[in-house]
Amino acid sequence: MARHDGRKPDQLREMKAVVGIIPNAVGSAMFQIGDTQALAAVYGPRNLYPRFKQNPSKGILRCHYNMMPFSGSGNRIRPGGNRRSKEISMVMEKAITPVVDLKDFPNTVVDVFVEFPQTDAGSRCCGITAAAMALAHAGIPMKDMVAAVAVGTLGNEVVADLDKKEEDYEGEGGVSDIPIAVLPNTGKITLLQMDGEMSREQLKKALELGVKVAKDIFALQKKVLKESFKEV
Amino acid sequence: MSELKVQEREVVVPGEVLAEGMGYLPSRGSYREGEKIIASRLGLLEVDGKVLKIIPLSGVYLPKRGDTIICRVVDILMSGWRIDTFCPYSAVLGLKDATSSYIEKGADLTEFFDIGDYLACGVVSVTSQNLVDVTMKGPGFRKLSSGRVIHINTHKVPRVIGKKGSMVSMIKEATNCKIVIGQNGVIWIDGQPEDEIIVVKAIKLVEEFSHIRGLTDKVKEFLEKEAPNIKKGAKIEAAKKEELEEKAHLRE
Repeated sequence: MARHDGRKPDQLREMKAVVGIIPNAVGSAMFQIGDTQALAAVYGPRNLYPRFKQNPSKGILRCHYNMMPFSGSGNRIRPGGNRRSKEISMVMEKAITPVVDLKDFPNTVVDVFVEFPQTDAGSRCCGITAAAMALAHAGIPMKDMVAAVAVGTLGNEVVADLDKKEEDYEGEGGVSDIPIAVLPNTGKITLLQMDGEMSREQLKKALELGVKVAKDIFALQKKVLKESFKEV
Repeated sequence: MSELKVQEREVVVPGEVLAEGMGYLPSRGSYREGEKIIASRLGLLEVDGKVLKIIPLSGVYLPKRGDTIICRVVDILMSGWRIDTFCPYSAVLGLKDATSSYIEKGADLTEFFDIGDYLACGVVSVTSQNLVDVTMKGPGFRKLSSGRVIHINTHKVPRVIGKKGSMVSMIKEATNCKIVIGQNGVIWIDGQPEDEIIVVKAIKLVEEFSHIRGLTDKVKEFLEKEAPNIKKGAKIEAAKKEELEEKAHLRE
């Protein structure tokens, strides 16, 4: 089945990335894939209160996911947190925590704020990718980067990086999507969720595709981070 | 057999393979995974013989023993002061380390340092849990009154100081300001207000162009353009005169 925007099955939407866009933050990044755009700002390590949340053996990571009221399809989103944003904050945290190493910063917190001025499906993946760049930019020790992307089936064909129009497809074969977060060097997966149905073979194929295209995202992350300090 | 995968002094990102084979050793900012050595933070790669090290380019300041830092008093404790070090961990200044004069039991500690005072002090010890002790006993450690305080990236501090203090002494000389630089990226400047502004601009220039060759010349050029009329000693004389006048005024 041909994709509505003429992409190949394994082709990602056009990507754009910048680091250091929020001068007040310790580290920051913008990542855009298609019409989904994420702004990530990292503050910390810094003091953590209330005190009972402190961990004396290592620092903790906190993610905040937020869609801006005017993002999405144009219907105003109620500002502030909701059940969905809370859940996505949690899965982002769990996707990134395995790579960050905060044992040198006991009793502190690293806050990652991810805002979405514009969304067109795949926002949690876009957010994780931006957050990983912002964390690296903030000089936080990390074992690896994290690159996230959605893969899925569209009318029985395995495709990468579905957009909103494809997610809403109701024709033959239906649609399913799996947002995954990949550690590009080892190919390990730190986020795996799924919407819809697919066969075992398709799942296998989809994950392989996801790990493959995540490397393209990592290549961009790497390039942008290096260029931001190029003159050094 | 062992092979370096990136050039020396190149910017590396977390997860990037630095070298393959057992011929190299990982050090600060890198780790070994099987045959590979992988970067674990963003920074510049430094190769010291067989040892691979990453020099950080960004991030917060972590207190180190022996550093001079500029910090602010935020609270008064039973026998000392709680100090904001402008890093993730606050410090304690104990009575013993604060002054050599005798302090009576139950004395009002605000007489020495009040909340909001800025201090230039030294880090004496940092524990594994990053509990920090500072001291006021040492050359140049004192309370900073008047002047202004600016914050810069802590990793740019060595460039602001320059080789053997060349950069900062050049700025001091050209503007006639007193400058104290803390390793935590806090800089205290005291002088005539218009000169202070020139110092701030010069320091921001160093911060922005810290990486280029001929930085000293660039700053020199800037200072000659911005502060050509400040002659060495002229302002000091003026200040002395002012002080004398003030004293005379008080006597009256």
